[in-house]
Amino acid sequence: MADILLSEAEKTFILHGVRDNVRNDGRSCSEFRPIELELGLVENANGSARVRLANTDVLVAVKCEIDNPSSNFPDEGKLDFFVDCSANATPQFEGKGGEQLAVELAALMSRAYQTRESFNLSTLSIIKGMKCWKLCIDVLILECGGSLIDAISMGTKAALADTKIPKVSVIGSDEGSLELELADEADGREEPLDWHHAPCLVTLNKLEDSLLVDASAEEEACCAAALIVGVSPNKKITTTSIPGHGSFLADSKVFTRALNLAVDVGVKLNTALEAAIKKHQTLKPPPRGFLD
Amino acid sequence: MAGLQLLSEYGLRVDGRRPNELRQIRCKMGVFSQPDGSAYLEQGNTKVLAAVYGPHEVRLNRSKTHHDRAYINCQFSMAVFSTSERKRRPRGDRKSQEMDMNLNQIFESAIRTELYPRSRIDIYLEVLQADGSNFSACVNAATLALIDAGIPLKDYVCSCTSTLAPSQGGAPPTPMVDVNHVEETLGGPGLSMSTLPRLDSVVHLELSGTRLHLSHIDPVAEKAATGAADIMAVLDKAVRGHVAQCLHAREVSGQGADA
Repeated sequence: MADILLSEAEKTFILHGVRDNVRNDGRSCSEFRPIELELGLVENANGSARVRLANTDVLVAVKCEIDNPSSNFPDEGKLDFFVDCSANATPQFEGKGGEQLAVELAALMSRAYQTRESFNLSTLSIIKGMKCWKLCIDVLILECGGSLIDAISMGTKAALADTKIPKVSVIGSDEGSLELELADEADGREEPLDWHHAPCLVTLNKLEDSLLVDASAEEEACCAAALIVGVSPNKKITTTSIPGHGSFLADSKVFTRALNLAVDVGVKLNTALEAAIKKHQTLKPPPRGFLD
Repeated sequence: MAGLQLLSEYGLRVDGRRPNELRQIRCKMGVFSQPDGSAYLEQGNTKVLAAVYGPHEVRLNRSKTHHDRAYINCQFSMAVFSTSERKRRPRGDRKSQEMDMNLNQIFESAIRTELYPRSRIDIYLEVLQADGSNFSACVNAATLALIDAGIPLKDYVCSCTSTLAPSQGGAPPTPMVDVNHVEETLGGPGLSMSTLPRLDSVVHLELSGTRLHLSHIDPVAEKAATGAADIMAVLDKAVRGHVAQCLHAREVSGQGADA
């Protein structure tokens, strides 16, 4: 993550505010910053979404490819996450600088979506054992302002909601190789995915005894430890992670409190995100992208 | 694509333009708050984001400082979803490295580097959607981002790519300005020219694709230069609009009184 230089005085100021449940921008410890969501920005992709969480900006695109299913799961499709930290966000991401962070984030997202409950991969199967869909989920990080993984998970869920997979039919088979035909877009034969159970990841930063939801970059620089929890809409936790070098005391109540708070916040975030996506899909506003 | 002609019998291109028409250019400056300067530019369906950091101290690689001027560093990157076939690597491949070098060359001649000795200016470009003339769009977006960052330039750097439609039915081959993806890939030469329009100088010229006969170079190059000058008019208008907006915002918030 981009390094923020904070003086001791600034850190103390943030700490004192958090003790009184007031943060630098006036939020309470469990409030999110304003989130902007836009679907369908990338025309080349089957589905896309842009999430803007204050000054964290993430663009997620989903592209579908036909692939052979893995031998362990012959009747399931695949999800492949790829994260690209653009140098636009910070000069440290130039060249291969952002690769380590990108790999970590991609691995975290893969784990969050690993359970069959969050995303049913069998809907991606075309012909059992022979052909399946592979969804390539590509995340482009344009600006880092804290809560990066939260924005990425929201973007992924929204992009999956925006994704339409063309319907496939088999038109011929010949000696073990199949010929598949993709229905034309003009035909209107595209099916949406079942994205409703996809998880949202929530990051909680621990500052003394308080837990901060959606920490800004400055607050993240003060916090000793963080906890990332993937929460699906039915209150289930799909993954947890403690990034960086922080730690939680094993017998303190902070950890349990953190998990409970994360599930709480996660469920509310999922509901709000679903509502926003539905609103976007019904109203269908003209795409503005970066021009507004 | 049998039967797809670059120029129809009515003189229209594949996307309905005339040979000397540019695509619609929309742009915005100051898109992000983190970089010192940023810009977003759309040339038709080609969408590019540019971010500029600098001038700042050279931290890691002290050997890259020049004692008398700034060190310019450009990076060209294409998002993996920018092309219709998904790209494996956003940057670091040969072609991107070549683009980096070309961009370095262009901006070293356009930026007034003598004003910032021992410093470094970073220009990062991200192509979100590639629909032809990607390099030219990047140069134009980078110019806007540099202006947004307040870095002094000798002039606007405007870039345009032109091609030559093969002759049809006895008519001479027609040069066409601002190529899109279809025109780029159908074969045919692509002349990419970056100029400082008001100083009437060419900072970069590159010919790719098939060969171009000597007698055709002049008309095609002239088309590109005119295209670049037209683009400058668009960029100039955008910059003035942006500055007027910023001034207005400052006045409204009461800061104008101090200046």
